Amino acid sequence: MDMMPESVEPETAMVTIVDYRAGNLTSVRLAFESLGVPAQITSDPVRIRSAERVVFPGVGAACAAMVNLAELELGQVLRDVVERGVPFLGICLGTQIVLDRSEEDGGVNCLGLVSGEVKRFQPEDPFDKVPQMGWNSVAIRRKHPVMAGIEDESEFYFVHSFYPTVSDPADIIGTTAYAGAEFVSVLGKDNLVATQFHPEKSGRVGLKLLENFCNWIT
Amino acid sequence: MLTKRIIPCLDIRDGKVTKGVKFKNNVVLGDPVELATQYYHDGCDELVFYDITASAEGRPIDIDMVAEVARAIHIPFAVGGGISNVDDMSRVLLAGAEKISVNSLAVRNPEIIAEGARAFGSQCIVLGMDPVATDDLEKCPCGYEITVRGFREHTGTDALEWAKRAEQLGVGEIVVNSVDADGTREGFELNLTGMIAENVGVPVVASGGAGNAQHLADVFTKSRADAAIIAGIIHTGKYTIGQIKEELTAAGIPIRKKW
Repeated sequence: MDMMPESVEPETAMVTIVDYRAGNLTSVRLAFESLGVPAQITSDPVRIRSAERVVFPGVGAACAAMVNLAELELGQVLRDVVERGVPFLGICLGTQIVLDRSEEDGGVNCLGLVSGEVKRFQPEDPFDKVPQMGWNSVAIRRKHPVMAGIEDESEFYFVHSFYPTVSDPADIIGTTAYAGAEFVSVLGKDNLVATQFHPEKSGRVGLKLLENFCNWIT
Repeated sequence: MLTKRIIPCLDIRDGKVTKGVKFKNNVVLGDPVELATQYYHDGCDELVFYDITASAEGRPIDIDMVAEVARAIHIPFAVGGGISNVDDMSRVLLAGAEKISVNSLAVRNPEIIAEGARAFGSQCIVLGMDPVATDDLEKCPCGYEITVRGFREHTGTDALEWAKRAEQLGVGEIVVNSVDADGTREGFELNLTGMIAENVGVPVVASGGAGNAQHLADVFTKSRADAAIIAGIIHTGKYTIGQIKEELTAAGIPIRKKW
């Protein structure tokens, strides 16, 4: 999509949403705005480097996303902001490509910000449709500021064909069951947290998570 | 567990939500943004808007309305009607919709599904289909024929073949709206819905005929639909979404319970 979405001025943005041509970011911006949080959508490395908080969303294919990140020269920028301790929220495809590697497209090396791999659902029941599309519950496995005030087994909106796994169980915050797999639906390490579901489309409970992210002191 | 989605459908005519039976006798129900907001707070899982006069009048969908809905609700919603190309899709998605629904357009030009899926991802492209039962099994071996333009035109296309083709073209979801059941409130067309759900790998949304919670329970268990569209039963105030969800939960159907 080549039209520039409207966005606030960079100096007033509390949240910086990374645009790497991986899907429509309007609903992410609108969700933050509904919380009274000014958000900018940008692919500008300078703006991302100076961001207060970084949101890394995305839908689509891992391979295309990694190519886009390389073209936009954002891979190192993202590594640097995470390294510096900037609060970082991955969403959906963004969550998958913070890991080491994805099975998608015959295997893709990803950013490696958290150790883990992305696998494809292999349902035995043909009625377990892929992608998983809809509301599924998240079992909270450990306390995390971003999950504060969110009830265990709350439902969030998912759309995905691949799912995250992590090497270190300490990085698991929440898990979800689908198509015979129990996968990591919320993962986190230091100042990075990432959800396989779409908090921006998950109603009140999703907005609560985004609000928690905005208040999170890392 | 993945829950079954309850999706209110808002038919928009001249900027207002209307409800008719088999696309006729439309009555005005209210403002789209207000109704969408109400259903969002009542716990619907998703919404779909059809601008039912846009295509006939040759005008694009009302983008300001889409943008206003996107500011008001934070769940997925699909928009259909008045979409004629990828640029139209782009405008609707950038206004904040999650999905685009194509119906007659895709029958005329199936390639639009592939173009949309390539541009925005399969999850954004919903195929709406309006099959009607037919005895002409030579032309339509599955027993259902695709109609277009608000049921007015028969196409001679077999519903199951069309569903499979759309899946190959990259559609992310299929809404099966039974012409025979639409507006009757006598239950979904279980046979049709089940046949499509069993034969495609993408989620199937049942549409047409919801009159009570049992009808939804039936289409989820007997036809194994992934989601169901409701309209009249909530628009008239016969049920709230909460009541429907309570009954479905009591019937053992996995449903989103907290919102």
